[in-house]
Amino acid sequence: MIKELVVISGKGGTGKTSIAAAFSFLAVNKVMADCDVDAADLHLVLNDTIIESGEFIGGKKALIDAESCNRCGLCVSYCRFNAIHDLYKVDDLSCEGCGVCAFFCPSKSIEMNDHISGRWYISKTPYGPLVRAKLGIAEGNSGKLVTILRQKAREIAYKKSHNLIIVDGSPGTGCPVIATITGATHVLIVTEPTVAGIHDLNRILELTRHFRVQTSVCVNKADINCEKKHEINELCRTNDVQMLMEIPYDIDVIHAQIAGKSVVEYSNGPAAAAITKLWEEVSDAVF
Amino acid sequence: MNIAVASGKGGTGKTTVSVSLALYMSLGGSSIALLDCDVEEPNVNLFLRAPIAKTENFSVLIPSIDHVLCTGCGECERICAYNAIAIIKGEPLVLADMCHSCGGCFHVCPEKAIIEIPKKIGVIESGSAHGIDFAGGRLNISAHMSPPLIKDMKKLHHDADVRIIDCPPGTSCPVIESVRGCDFLVLVTEPTPFGLNDLRLAVNMAKALSLPFGVVINRAGIGNDDVEKYCKKNDIEILARISNIKRIAEEYSRGDCSSYILDNYSNEFDRIVNHIMEKTAADVSL
Repeated sequence: MIKELVVISGKGGTGKTSIAAAFSFLAVNKVMADCDVDAADLHLVLNDTIIESGEFIGGKKALIDAESCNRCGLCVSYCRFNAIHDLYKVDDLSCEGCGVCAFFCPSKSIEMNDHISGRWYISKTPYGPLVRAKLGIAEGNSGKLVTILRQKAREIAYKKSHNLIIVDGSPGTGCPVIATITGATHVLIVTEPTVAGIHDLNRILELTRHFRVQTSVCVNKADINCEKKHEINELCRTNDVQMLMEIPYDIDVIHAQIAGKSVVEYSNGPAAAAITKLWEEVSDAVF
Repeated sequence: MNIAVASGKGGTGKTTVSVSLALYMSLGGSSIALLDCDVEEPNVNLFLRAPIAKTENFSVLIPSIDHVLCTGCGECERICAYNAIAIIKGEPLVLADMCHSCGGCFHVCPEKAIIEIPKKIGVIESGSAHGIDFAGGRLNISAHMSPPLIKDMKKLHHDADVRIIDCPPGTSCPVIESVRGCDFLVLVTEPTPFGLNDLRLAVNMAKALSLPFGVVINRAGIGNDDVEKYCKKNDIEILARISNIKRIAEEYSRGDCSSYILDNYSNEFDRIVNHIMEKTAADVSL
């Protein structure tokens, strides 16, 4: 059975991608999926070569035919997204593709056209296959794109008889994150000992509990604030969530990124050692 | 005037810059409002610490079916572009999380068997501290869509001289909703490969929306100088640099960094404000 390990954080910049990259180096027989479709970074440290790519049709956008439009204004009054302006032009940034305007247009002057919202990519890396995507600027429907990526990763894992998918998630708690964690085998939350880290950990724990996904926590940059680190330990205890590892602050994490490598490949420092140990514990939890 | 603070990458220091900028600008006597539009992970008030004077529910409209009037014709299912209504055994079932509140089903139902009812998806908290009016959205856990809440938030405090908008990370719809209509965009980054990659995305967003923008480099000195080179090459103004020092990281971890930053980086914030004033030709007493 293919297992799916998701790395998320709630708060951005806690070290999700650095840890997912290290796991990509340490794990065997796996596929990687970068589900941060807004701002994908994992490929920057996996040295990937794209072998396949395709368009992502996120939804539809309305297009008004100026010639047949009789300017009755019905579309403007029906549109809940204020996407149709006085001159009977559709603002693509506001159009949500609901098609209500097209349905009710008496002169049938509105077409709903497929809209390319981004691209997905399958690439090879020295560590195994990677699927990732690039959502276009100002585009929506990131949840749908995440679902496509997870599907592609599962197909590749199945074809290659790999039994693990390592998923790098996005910050937040909304639609792309929900699409990333639903049905996953295990979610590893990467937090940091700061007021914002703890606040966001609380929210993301509530989310994984809501979707009933097995969850564990690790603290990155653990030595920045000991008091806050203890608060995280306490929070994990009261939520009955396993606290797996404390990773100390280590500048090698940044140096590895600059070298285009994962920290475990680049360094023998304290962060690399802690993440190697973390991987053992996470793989115990996943398998 | 509206100043949005955004970044492609998460955790670069948007909130630190938003709060510090609000505090700095409030010293000049202008009325300042600070809006937390990162409604999935709202952190502004962990730093501003405004006592919450008011908490208002925020709801979106979803369909509710009168099963007595409903004939099970399926028109509602057909018009819904989001698969939020499914006809099961002749009866429509509403999948509220999928609903985009477009009203299509409500309008199309021939029996008038659909009414629209509010569904709470979050709250808007407001208060004030240090002379700054604060409002922050907070999306419910398991709610999918933040843009309607962000849109509603942005109606607040229109009478302030300056509104500072703390945006969510990324470049997709919640960010667009947050930066829409702003006069200037401050992009916060860090000098690392991830920071640069995501800064490029944010710059592309600013250009696509034709917004004037500048860059703040946070944790300056931590990585390499590729961000500096990129900005120079592309003629992008670096508004300020905040150094990577342990003291700031420690104070940030407690939610206290703004006073240290303002004590030590007031020149940098002066540069940010002057640049914005110049670019937007705003007339605000500072």
